[in-house]
Amino acid sequence: MKKKDVPQDQGILGHIRVVCYATDENGEYVKSQSAGWEPTNIANGIAWEFLNEELAGILEKVKKKELSPLAYHMNKNLMDVKLLSRYTGFAAWRIKRYLKPRVFNKLDNEALQRCASVFNMTVEQLKEVP
Amino acid sequence: MIGVKTDKAFIHRQSAHCESGAISSLLLHHGLNASEPLVFGIGAGIFFGYFPFIKVYGSPFITYRNAPGRILKSVEKRLGVRFETVRFKDPERAMDALDNAIDKGIPVGLQASIYWLPYMPDAMRFHFNAHSLIVYGREGNGYLISDPVLDEPVVCSRKDLMKARFAEGLLAPKGKMYYLSHVPEKVDFPRAIQRGIKEACRMMIKTPVPIIGVRGIGMFAKALRQWPDKYGKRKASLYLGHAIRMQEEIGTGGGGFRLMYAAFLHEAAHIMDDDRFVEVSRRMTAIGDAWRQFALHGARICKDRVVEGGSYNHLSDIIIDCAAKEHQVYKDLWKIIR
Repeated sequence: MKKKDVPQDQGILGHIRVVCYATDENGEYVKSQSAGWEPTNIANGIAWEFLNEELAGILEKVKKKELSPLAYHMNKNLMDVKLLSRYTGFAAWRIKRYLKPRVFNKLDNEALQRCASVFNMTVEQLKEVP
Repeated sequence: MIGVKTDKAFIHRQSAHCESGAISSLLLHHGLNASEPLVFGIGAGIFFGYFPFIKVYGSPFITYRNAPGRILKSVEKRLGVRFETVRFKDPERAMDALDNAIDKGIPVGLQASIYWLPYMPDAMRFHFNAHSLIVYGREGNGYLISDPVLDEPVVCSRKDLMKARFAEGLLAPKGKMYYLSHVPEKVDFPRAIQRGIKEACRMMIKTPVPIIGVRGIGMFAKALRQWPDKYGKRKASLYLGHAIRMQEEIGTGGGGFRLMYAAFLHEAAHIMDDDRFVEVSRRMTAIGDAWRQFALHGARICKDRVVEGGSYNHLSDIIIDCAAKEHQVYKDLWKIIR
């Protein structure tokens, strides 16, 4: 890539500029700043599109009382049962039960607190969904 | 062991890739003239691996670089420097050890999860646990951080940094921190470069495993052809998008590290005083550009979701061409260093 061809397509990086390696007029390598590149912006957008679609599906189920709010927050934080189990220290089978509204509603404060702190939120916030 | 101190203030240097950038900054701080491409090349960072049985956010895992942590180990071995590396069980103790080192004026490298670092752009915040950054000071309750991929130093709170250092899951950092504890008086760069290239060649063309190295690129190209039929347009575009992200998103320097490797070969030509590297470097640049063509065309397909007569086949052809050219590059490099 030539230095003059280094793309400056603003997108996922916001105001940040990253560095890529390009060649100058003399064929020497120089670090050049880039504001982003459209193909990367598109690819990143697709990843989020899929994740957001999945989250929307879960939110619907939470509203229909098929899943607990924990399912929403877990998914919102890009976690699955296994990862949340690692963070909370609860066994995976217990997390799976907590995803049921019936079980979640009866959870004591300590268990709720353990989950909430993983997501950097309060117990009250954990019980709510948008 | 005690870390090596210098009287100089730490300077933030922006890099393309986090691990090689962090190591390079630490070495440069201690007066060793090791640029990022040089560290990347000596650490044999260039790689390719296609692991369809490992899924990352639902997509097959593809990597253009060697395993995280390998560059650090290889650089230590080949340059004769020593990084004191510590992991912790207890987060508070890990933070105390960090405080201890930076209060003495020793810049410290950390492994951390991107997800818990609030200063990262939101779109990048996935659970990637093997990010590298340097802490070089404290200000109140915040840490002064030189994140190699960012243009400016940033500040991060103790709480957030602790969480990022103790992320869970694949490649969990377990509070890993490292700092330079020994710098030899004389470093044999030509020999280190030779060994770095040798390892890269071995990984790329001399491995018996078909999913890594140049053969891995071929496997990926073959699989790619079948994606739209096998998984449908929607899923194929998710997979393809993932491959593009691994190649171009933050921290590769463009073209799946190929452009940085070309920069390394160019520098190697100066250090080894051998013009043959210049020619190979040019070819590597062309290969990096070809990979970027793959990303460019691939993103268009993702966006439009159209699979007209063989657009995935076209992508596959680009990659097969990359594989053939890369094969020749490593073969020639192997001959040069022998």
